[in-house]
Amino acid sequence: MAESITTEAPAGEEEHHGHGQPSFWSKYVFSTDHKMIAMQYMFTGIAMAMIGGFMAYAFRMQLAFPGIDVPGFGIVTPANYNALVTNHGAIMIFWVAMPVLIAAFGNFLIPLMCGCDDMVFPKVNRLSYQIFLLSSVVLLSSFFVEGGGFGGAWTAYPPLSAKAEYSLTPLGSTIWLVAVALEFVAFLLGGINFITTAMNSRAPGMKLYDIPIVVWMIVIASILFLVSVGPLIAGAIMLLFDQNLGTAFFDPARGGDPILWQHLFWFFGHPEVYVVLLPALGITAEIITVFSRKKLFGYRTVLHTTIATGVLSFTVWAHHQFIAGVDPRMAHVFTLTTLLISVPIAEMMFCYIATLYGGAIKLTTPMLWGLSFIAEFLIGGVTGIFLGASGADVYFHDTYFVLAHFHYTFYPIAIIGTFAGLTFWFPKMFGRMMNERLGKIHFWGSIIPFNFIFIPLFVLGMGGQHRRIYDYSNFPELALPWMQDVRVLATSALLVMLSFQLVFIYNFIVSLRSGPKAEKNPWKSNTLEWTTDSPPPHGNWKELPTVYRGPYEYSLPDREDDYWPQDQPS
Amino acid sequence: MATGLLAVWWVVASEIVIFGGLLTSYIMYRLSHDAWAGQAANTNTAIGAFNTFVLLTSSLFAVLAHQAAEKGDGKKAARLLYYTIGGAAMFICVKSFEWNMEISHGYTITSNTFWSFYYTAAGIHALHVIAGAIIMAIVAKDAAKNLELHRVELIGIYWHFVDIVWIFLFPLLYIAK
Repeated sequence: MAESITTEAPAGEEEHHGHGQPSFWSKYVFSTDHKMIAMQYMFTGIAMAMIGGFMAYAFRMQLAFPGIDVPGFGIVTPANYNALVTNHGAIMIFWVAMPVLIAAFGNFLIPLMCGCDDMVFPKVNRLSYQIFLLSSVVLLSSFFVEGGGFGGAWTAYPPLSAKAEYSLTPLGSTIWLVAVALEFVAFLLGGINFITTAMNSRAPGMKLYDIPIVVWMIVIASILFLVSVGPLIAGAIMLLFDQNLGTAFFDPARGGDPILWQHLFWFFGHPEVYVVLLPALGITAEIITVFSRKKLFGYRTVLHTTIATGVLSFTVWAHHQFIAGVDPRMAHVFTLTTLLISVPIAEMMFCYIATLYGGAIKLTTPMLWGLSFIAEFLIGGVTGIFLGASGADVYFHDTYFVLAHFHYTFYPIAIIGTFAGLTFWFPKMFGRMMNERLGKIHFWGSIIPFNFIFIPLFVLGMGGQHRRIYDYSNFPELALPWMQDVRVLATSALLVMLSFQLVFIYNFIVSLRSGPKAEKNPWKSNTLEWTTDSPPPHGNWKELPTVYRGPYEYSLPDREDDYWPQDQPS
Repeated sequence: MATGLLAVWWVVASEIVIFGGLLTSYIMYRLSHDAWAGQAANTNTAIGAFNTFVLLTSSLFAVLAHQAAEKGDGKKAARLLYYTIGGAAMFICVKSFEWNMEISHGYTITSNTFWSFYYTAAGIHALHVIAGAIIMAIVAKDAAKNLELHRVELIGIYWHFVDIVWIFLFPLLYIAK
């Protein structure tokens, strides 16, 4: 059946460019093929996710059972604890969410969904990954220097981050900053590639409103990153000089201002949330249309609200600083913009739910992930309204309520989004199908414990539990027996969730080796990547496709098939 | 828009926000520290003005190189690009002389926050000058053989951007005393 619809794309051979069998190095390590670079980003990101998850395991054990000899880690000292929470945050955002959601899916999907043979700058693309890999190595090396890894929280507020006598990590803090700067360079190079490829290399006939939403979202995310990261790069240079040359940009005693760092950091930091959110939203859009066999409700509305979100995201940053001495009149302005930004996001959510309404819903593993994204992200979004309002935030600031809130946004983004995309495009990436039963076991084994980790943390936050505390037994009002029980509950749920990841790893390896062969278009989807072989050959198509319509033409009443691929002439 | 052109403009956009963040921080500090005017009085306006002249002249050569490349005259474009690189080299030499003098007078990056900004902003700009000159040398080498002539325009755009950053730095660090 798949063959009947792919008249434009004859079955490709493995190497149609004429050169012989490439060596291991040129195929897997120094490749300029966008699909291989996507895999490099994907596997590096997953490896970093395991490291970040292990860190969470170590410090959650310390919080539930203070002073315990954590199996596999040892005793968590206060310095260890600080380094673990700091790097858990930094890794999960900069080394997991960004490489997997933007770089891996962006690299894999943009050329395949736009119908071209590769990125416009393949060598820049390769350089981008190499710098990213270097940044990961640099970051991990900070754990093995004198003083250990940086422990000043992932937001790196000075003066704690600026002075070795406060942070006690003279080398770790500098190495951390260099690693973050390298990571930014990698994503600037990658982002320019994504934007130019999507703007200039689309298949003939693909107009702006024929581009699949996920490509739009990754491109908009790249633009947001590109125009928001600059002030933080400038800030990082200033902080680096404060650490190592003795300048006083952020030292109030010598004429500097630590609040300046918070402005520079969050001017980037808040758009950054949308930088990683948008690709996950895009992946969800692709999945729910395919598995409800319906046209995306309000394609243009979704697109325009995405752009509106992007613009608004530059005006909300000071809601992270309501208790940092921001003028109350300014706090009102930022409260207003913050509450305003929930409008376009809510609109998008309604569009997604409307897409599902009346659809022929098929609960495959990717669809379960897609639906859970909407459900869990809603909790994250709604709890954010409390924090965006300055009146409530004064009380909630830096409690576990905040922590639970942003994990309810970042877990759907980084974990659910990744698993949704990976299970959905696995047949295209590797040419084999994943096991559905194991996939569903892994899904429920991840989602149920996730809620058991973070709903208790909301409760603790409302009970006044402050973040970044090594051992609550020193605080009588936070060491009540019920509170300790809730901490143990959250940690136990984390252990259950982590152990269920083994199911995924098993499923991934077994499916990769011996899963049933995937056809070209196993999900009966419309977008261009499904018109080539699984996995796509070098060069993607033998003859590049032409586009005749938008990507979401499902269940049209006057057609026999319930889908209508973009490359099929009418 | 041609792909290379598009990419260069996006590079410039990302650079604008880097310098934008740095200079906005500087301006905010400057507005709340009147004492900085006294510090800025110690910068040498004559040397700064001379360097402005050098950079603007080098930009003129970059424009002429683009014009020559448009006509397909790679040899002439390469020669003009080498003049531009000469301008960059002159700029860096003058800058080193100037910094040397200031440091010997005791104004270093740690003297106070004005001087921290002075050396940081001008230093990052100087790195851009050096990077631009290196890329220009590569472009010129190809252009002399009539290869990749479209790159002359691309490096020209980048060079004008580096130039414009200086046009912002000069009044902020030297003239506003």
